Amino acid sequence: MRKDRLSPWRCRITLSLLLACASLLTLPVRGFAHPQQASAQEELLAVPGETGRPGGRLVISLRAEPKTLNPLTAADAISREVIGAMQADLVHINRGTQLTEPALAKSWKISPDGLQYTLTLRQGLRFSDGHRLDADDVLFTFRVYLDESVHATQRDLLIVGGKPIVVRKVDGQTLVFQFAKPYGVEERLFDGWDILPRHLLEKPYQEGKLGQLWTPSTPPNEWAGLGPFRLKEYVAGQKLVLERNPYYWKSDAKGNRLPYLDELVFLFVPSADAQVLRFQSGETDLITRVGAENFSVLARQQTAYTMADAGPGLEYNFLFFNLNDLSEKSSADVMRKQKWFRDVKFRQAVSAAIDREAIVRLVYLGRGAALWGPVTPGNGRWADASIARLPRSLDRARTLLKDAGFSWSMASNGESTLVDSDHKPVEFSILTSASNADRTKMATLIQDDLKQLGMRAQVVPLEFRSLVERVTQTKEYDACLLGLASLDFDPNSDLNVWLSSGGTHLWNPSQPHPATAWEAEIDRLMEQQLATPGYSQRKKLYDRVQEILAENQPMIFLASPDILAGAKNSIANFHPAVLEPYALWNVEQLYFRNGTENTRR
Amino acid sequence: MKLRGKFTKWFVFLVLLHCVVAGAGFFAPYNPAEQDRQRPYLPPMRIHCMDAQGDLHLRPFFYPLRLREGSFEQFEEDTGTAVPLYFFTRGADYHLFGIVPSRLHLFGAAGARIYVLGSDAYGRDQLSRILFGGQVSLLAGLLGAGVTMLLGAVIGLAAGYYGGWRDDLLMRVAELFLALPWLYLLFALRAFLPLSVGPLEAFLLVVVAIGLVGWARPARLVRGVVLTVKERDFVRAARGFGASDIYLLRRHILPETASVLLTQAAILVPQFVLAEMTLSFLGLGVPEPMSSWGNLLATLQQYSVLVSYWWMYLPALAIVPFFLGYLGLASALQERFDTYKISEKSGWSRT
Repeated sequence: MRKDRLSPWRCRITLSLLLACASLLTLPVRGFAHPQQASAQEELLAVPGETGRPGGRLVISLRAEPKTLNPLTAADAISREVIGAMQADLVHINRGTQLTEPALAKSWKISPDGLQYTLTLRQGLRFSDGHRLDADDVLFTFRVYLDESVHATQRDLLIVGGKPIVVRKVDGQTLVFQFAKPYGVEERLFDGWDILPRHLLEKPYQEGKLGQLWTPSTPPNEWAGLGPFRLKEYVAGQKLVLERNPYYWKSDAKGNRLPYLDELVFLFVPSADAQVLRFQSGETDLITRVGAENFSVLARQQTAYTMADAGPGLEYNFLFFNLNDLSEKSSADVMRKQKWFRDVKFRQAVSAAIDREAIVRLVYLGRGAALWGPVTPGNGRWADASIARLPRSLDRARTLLKDAGFSWSMASNGESTLVDSDHKPVEFSILTSASNADRTKMATLIQDDLKQLGMRAQVVPLEFRSLVERVTQTKEYDACLLGLASLDFDPNSDLNVWLSSGGTHLWNPSQPHPATAWEAEIDRLMEQQLATPGYSQRKKLYDRVQEILAENQPMIFLASPDILAGAKNSIANFHPAVLEPYALWNVEQLYFRNGTENTRR
Repeated sequence: MKLRGKFTKWFVFLVLLHCVVAGAGFFAPYNPAEQDRQRPYLPPMRIHCMDAQGDLHLRPFFYPLRLREGSFEQFEEDTGTAVPLYFFTRGADYHLFGIVPSRLHLFGAAGARIYVLGSDAYGRDQLSRILFGGQVSLLAGLLGAGVTMLLGAVIGLAAGYYGGWRDDLLMRVAELFLALPWLYLLFALRAFLPLSVGPLEAFLLVVVAIGLVGWARPARLVRGVVLTVKERDFVRAARGFGASDIYLLRRHILPETASVLLTQAAILVPQFVLAEMTLSFLGLGVPEPMSSWGNLLATLQQYSVLVSYWWMYLPALAIVPFFLGYLGLASALQERFDTYKISEKSGWSRT
């Protein structure tokens, strides 16, 4: 029934957008009339910040096409970035303040035992196609996310204490989420679970086609969201155009409905350098994920644009050795070397020999921070301040190696070579991603650091996909240099990395049982903090995890780059955050100071 | 006489250039892999004879560069301390021509490092890296040309001399090799090889790859010469006296191809140096921290380096005198053989 009413309804709305204000007044008022102003039944969320002027078209480059617009299956950063501008969640983490704030749910209540969350939805919410949102959509959404056959990428996070979350509807606006165990993250859990339109997706879901739905080439009328922008046009290989969602549920301080921009255009520009050139020439208005070297090029000649350094982000780069349990026949050479890698003193010696300050200075040109643990200085709330930030010391490294039974032999050419107890020289290769110049540079610095200990390391830049395959599938490698970026400040976002059963537990992924006592200890602590409410208790547990990691060095943490971004001077409310999507987290508030300067094609 | 002089001139010029590269250890002030992490992307230093006060010094000197306040990449001369330049000083260990251990360097400075051609991303001396990189690139070019000429001569001789189906088969294979997109083949080849190859293996791989790919053109040229020579009277006469195939090829036919082979070699060496540079530029050459002209230029793939540090282009200039020398030599050779042919033996001129 509802569906039948929908199409003429939407026609009228589209028409109303195209016509001038005068003609709008002649249209019948049905609960919402002028999209720019809120109607009485609507509870818009007023956000603080500079009040802007509507209009304009913001052009941004993306380094690849989004693989999907489906929040269920989106796993890559590019897809998430685009979806972030098109969808909304119940409770949202404000990327600026790093705290939770009401989103689709205007309020929430947690029961004293921490097992029951009651969320109240905002009044008068509508999807971007004008269809009303109610509690049934939320019920549907979580049913889908929890359905194993859908393979939602983050499903694991909705399993608390081994049992999936139970969602109940109280009335049209109220929902209750029931947990089997108290959940440490509390309402932060709801961030990122985009609410899906039941009226569009229920049928495909029952037919089992939900996974393939919503690619960039989906016709705009088969798509609906709750974010500030909605799908308008997609040109394969070129661009994705979004237009403003006239039903968006946020307003500025003066009550004007957001977003300000008429259009948001994502251009697909595959190389980072080409993105810089496009931004420099004024073809794009905003640039994020800028490398330190390109940032300094842009900052040196900034006139029409402003470059901003948001400080150390949540990306941590690290070196790790192959600690997998390998079968005898497949990799005898790696197994021989694993005798060194498994020795904690060897890993500590490597860590002691690495000049982290030089990495920050040479790779990030000073725009970064050295790391001794997984939690970056950008996340001060969770970082363990007591972890020793030991400066580089070759003497300490040599003592550790001596204790571990290594010795040095003089080669004929006068170079001293580190040899193990069987008098075999210590040689290994370090994999890096060929497309990431920063990490290859780090590896080259480490190569030179280790040479001074008499170790011979080879840097092998490899295409990223084959690198991941080697690390997670074939396990044919000695050591590897990689980086990971946490999606949230909360330790739970890295659960998959620290749990020994996790797929991103890179040095030895997806273990059926923890291989070492300290990995078992980390598993226990991580699971304990998951079920402990209250920040200070959880912090204590997570500090212990960080200490175990720093002591055992399964990953030798190196450095964390600053989040660097830039925007044209005419763009206001540009406040890049250290969390994804960096400069786009407040995309609904971005506006052109000089009005609709950029409305041309 | 004039032509002979031209040939000698180019030859001596090339020998001198190669001596500089072969003796890189002496001419380079530092070890090419040594990092100076306080000084990345240092611009070339200026050598002065006049100090900031306007006084003239007999011994040339330079001012160390320091970072400008509040910057990570802008340098200025520290005119407070003049560092004198010394010639024939002792410095880093090296092996002259790969054999003789020595510590003697053409020039050097005490107290501060001198970067005549600037430094790279890791603070390594660009001049030393260009000189040592030349060893890899030139040797790869020369060895690659050697392999090619050998293959080309043998195949060309066989095809031209025996003719018939052997000729057809070899020449079709040669055409196939000319038509192959060899760069992509090399990528494919690299993908099959073990993950980390040592510097020596990588170098040999490059040489073999270049050598195997380039034999077709000299082979076709040699075949052409053999086809004409084998019909000449002195060859027929020798055959009539019962000379064996091997004897004929060795004594009568091969010497006739010398002009073509030598000229081809002089043209191929710079081409193969360029091929090595292409492979290294794309990351298929010798691994870090070794340098070659190709991987020195590889940093230019980054836009920030391209627009910020002009001295990173210098390795590209290093090849210019070598290319000039080889091409000059090739044309001198060609002219010399042509006039030799015309004046000494009538009736046959170069195809």
